[in-house]
Amino acid sequence: MSVLVYTETENGVFKKAAFEVASYAKAVANTLGTTVTAVAFNANSTGDLAAYGADKVLNIKNDQLSDFNAKAYANAIKQAAQKEDAKVVIISSSADSKFLAGLLAIGLNAGYASNVVSAPESASPFTVKRTAFTNKAFSFTEINTDVKLIGLSKNAFGLVEASGAAAEEAFEPSVADSDFGVKTTSVDKATDKVTIADAEVVVSAGRGMKGPENWGMIEELADVLGAATACSKPVSDMGWRPHGEHVGQTGKPVASNLYIAIGISGAIQHLAGINSSKVKVVINNDAEAPFFKAADYGVVGDAFEIVPSLIEKLKQFKAQNA
Amino acid sequence: MKILVCISHVPDTTSKINFTDGDTKFDTNGVQFVINPNDEFGLTRAMWFKEKQGASVDVVNVGGAETEPTLRKALAIGADTAIRVNAEATDGAFVAKQLAKVAQDGGYDLIIAGRESIDYNGGMVPGMLAELIGANFVNTCIGLEVDGSNATATREIDGGKETSTTSLPLVVGGQKGLVEESDLRIPNMRGIMMARKKPLNVVEATDASADSSATKFEKPAPKGAVKLVDAGNLDELVNLLHTEAKVI
Ligand SMILES: Cc1cc2nc3c(=O)[nH]c(=O)nc-3n(C[C@H](O)[C@H](O)[C@H](O)COP(=O)(O)OP(=O)(O)OC[C@H]3O[C@@H](n4cnc5c(N)ncnc54)[C@H](O)[C@@H]3O)c2cc1C
Repeated sequence: MSVLVYTETENGVFKKAAFEVASYAKAVANTLGTTVTAVAFNANSTGDLAAYGADKVLNIKNDQLSDFNAKAYANAIKQAAQKEDAKVVIISSSADSKFLAGLLAIGLNAGYASNVVSAPESASPFTVKRTAFTNKAFSFTEINTDVKLIGLSKNAFGLVEASGAAAEEAFEPSVADSDFGVKTTSVDKATDKVTIADAEVVVSAGRGMKGPENWGMIEELADVLGAATACSKPVSDMGWRPHGEHVGQTGKPVASNLYIAIGISGAIQHLAGINSSKVKVVINNDAEAPFFKAADYGVVGDAFEIVPSLIEKLKQFKAQNA
Repeated sequence: MKILVCISHVPDTTSKINFTDGDTKFDTNGVQFVINPNDEFGLTRAMWFKEKQGASVDVVNVGGAETEPTLRKALAIGADTAIRVNAEATDGAFVAKQLAKVAQDGGYDLIIAGRESIDYNGGMVPGMLAELIGANFVNTCIGLEVDGSNATATREIDGGKETSTTSLPLVVGGQKGLVEESDLRIPNMRGIMMARKKPLNVVEATDASADSSATKFEKPAPKGAVKLVDAGNLDELVNLLHTEAKVI
């Protein structure tokens, strides 16, 4: 028996989320008095995972599985879980992990809790704390199946370093043609930009920016901070920014360390989606904007003056701290 | 093409969320319920298939009688028939099993669900349903075309999008992008009148177990007051973010 964790890679390199789920898996394994087995697809090297608690890594090397395919990956992870006799299987909240979660849950007859934010409250009954009502509440959820599947919220548990060595083991799950009923034909992804999902800092702007032509300063601010850019829903609805940048209840969720909202009023649907961010800054010329009630830091004033000036201050700060 | 759209009955996005019975139950008092936004995008895409490709569109909800106004709204938007599986939607796995039975009995080609419902945010029903009935599955679907028994689906991935080819039967977990916000339809008077005459069939639940239960709820701790920084003193903001918040 062990805890199995699916550690995602991008071009053979582990994503930060992989280290977070591994750290989490270690905490669960400690509670249950067992070890952590990580499963990865075509990882270049698995050594890094040991630093976050993995005791063993099943590195699946299979050309058929070189690109993500939800059904085929779910099937392979299922076989890894069965081989390890895992009673708890842990995945991240990435788009890919959420895609395969339901398939894997049925495959393993596992009860699934998504958006889990902390180590299990109790092992028996197995109870986890998760977000519900789009971050307006938490729910304590009891999973009563023999095998449990946990989806960890991004940036909720953090990275916990451990010492040890992870033994890499080759693992060859069987792959069936029927796994490939959905075939990817094209991927359209900006490779030079940090994604909202992975970003530590997100710079988000709303209707207060008046028009798409004014986004230069938003992008520059994001650039200085190494941040992803995001926007409010009307901004994407009006086509000022791509849909992929829409964050909030009906858009992408944000759980970054720092979220900077510029010219965004702070409607309840917007806040619901970004509330898991650790520190929120608002820049708005209306001191009564609801966002000020949700933010940690605020500046009342005109974004068109504040943002360029903030960019300068941050550049100076970076120069001093480089 | 026979389409089934899964409709979750959820609190309106502006609802205040409260709990009763010692924080064990969601307090529905004064809460307005609506079609789950993700499902509404899917329903609207289904209407497009109905109008352009002659598809039939049924809608289904697993829930008590209180969800019927939500199903009637879906009928008013243009669905042909509504099905309500008469059971409390205890968890995602239970709902998926009920929907699987409806999907199989009805022989649907395309099943459109939402990537998640905005109440419990489980995000599991579409994938579970697909796996239970052995259909192809695409999640976070933002584009869908069907040609005969072949389909092309685009999904949102972290940092971009990905297009796939697949075939029916197909389940998608939909969201905004399947249609645009401006394509959403507000039922008109005629639609509402017609919806009253359309069939809303109540079927009994199949015997299925739930895998999990929400035993208690908690609201986030109230936030401290915002720290305001003067617009003329942004050094202070940079300093606070560095030394106090430690995020830069
Ligand atoms: C079902 C449903 C789902 C929704 N889901 C989402 C969602 O997922 N995400 C989302 O964002 N919204 C969502 N909304 C929309 C939401 O209700 C708000 O309408 C939206 O968030 C407002 O966007 P905004 O803050 O950019 O615009 P506004 O509300 O117009 O706010 C603009 C702000 O900019 C400020 N401003 C103007 N000029 C300046 C300036 N020069 N300098 C500084 N500040 C300035 C104004 O004071 C104002 O506060 C949803 C709505 C519904 C009904």
